Amino acid sequence: MAHFKKKQAATSQGVPTAAMPDVVFMLLIFFMVTTVLREVELQVQVNYAGAENIEKIEQKRLVSYIYIGPERLSGNRVGETKVQIDDALVDDMGSIRNIMYDKLMEEPRLIVSLRVDEDSEFGIITDVQQELRHAGTLRINYSTRREI
Amino acid sequence: MLNKKRNRESGEIDGSSLADIAFLLLIFFLVVTTIDVDTGIGLVLPPIPDDIEPPPVRERNLMKILVNAQGMVLINEEPASVGEVRDRIKRFVDNNGADPDLSESPDDAIVSIKTDRRTPYNVYIDMLDEVMGAYAELRHQASMDRFGVPYSSLEDNSERKAEIQEMYPKKISIAEPDEG
Repeated sequence: MAHFKKKQAATSQGVPTAAMPDVVFMLLIFFMVTTVLREVELQVQVNYAGAENIEKIEQKRLVSYIYIGPERLSGNRVGETKVQIDDALVDDMGSIRNIMYDKLMEEPRLIVSLRVDEDSEFGIITDVQQELRHAGTLRINYSTRREI
Repeated sequence: MLNKKRNRESGEIDGSSLADIAFLLLIFFLVVTTIDVDTGIGLVLPPIPDDIEPPPVRERNLMKILVNAQGMVLINEEPASVGEVRDRIKRFVDNNGADPDLSESPDDAIVSIKTDRRTPYNVYIDMLDEVMGAYAELRHQASMDRFGVPYSSLEDNSERKAEIQEMYPKKISIAEPDEG
């Protein structure tokens, strides 16, 4: 009985994987560059207010944040409304002026983003704004989430 | 001569696990990355006034919005609702001298915002949102009339955008807070 052997294609069957590490490395480098590892640790609680007519801030490196909201205490309780800049709570309102002035010297096109809890009263924001005006950081931005 | 017999291993480092290591790192960064865009309402604060008196503004060119401690909105000392703000501002800014009580031209129109120390923040933001919305609608309308394209599709720093911005400049003033 004659036995016919099937002719197989001469080319190898597998997908070449030699370039895979390169592809993976490229992705890896992309994510490494875009990642901001640590944002500030929030010591105040901030729930953003919602708004429709909002704009994006494109240049993120110009932005400096001020957080205003009730202080987080242990055991899920919240205390009085406090102001946080970078990693520390600011107790003395008058010192905001110096902090922001130093930041403005480093980055003259500074935008100050106010991240304020929606249940705050406006008095404290008025105080902060007055300090910002004294410091000369006039471009501000009220952080809001998109409301549809 | 002695022929040294040596069982040489291949001199290269094995590279097959490289991909695994890279994957592991990749997954780590994938998980850690948050691509969040900061969004919000932009505003420019007025500088601290010098001793020089600010130039006088005619009453008709000024629209005073007050948000009081109860979260009520008052436009020119009359109570109004937040929903009304947008239409009122559009009529006020786009008046072009027609109504003697409203602004002379969009360039002269100033919206002044005043708050109380106990004004709730979210009411303030809602109100500011309406103000921004009014200007956005006016600019959109102007852009459609002039160029036939929506304002949002105009490129940043382009001549057309600057032209529209010049037609309807956002003149929003934050009133000086009361002492004490």
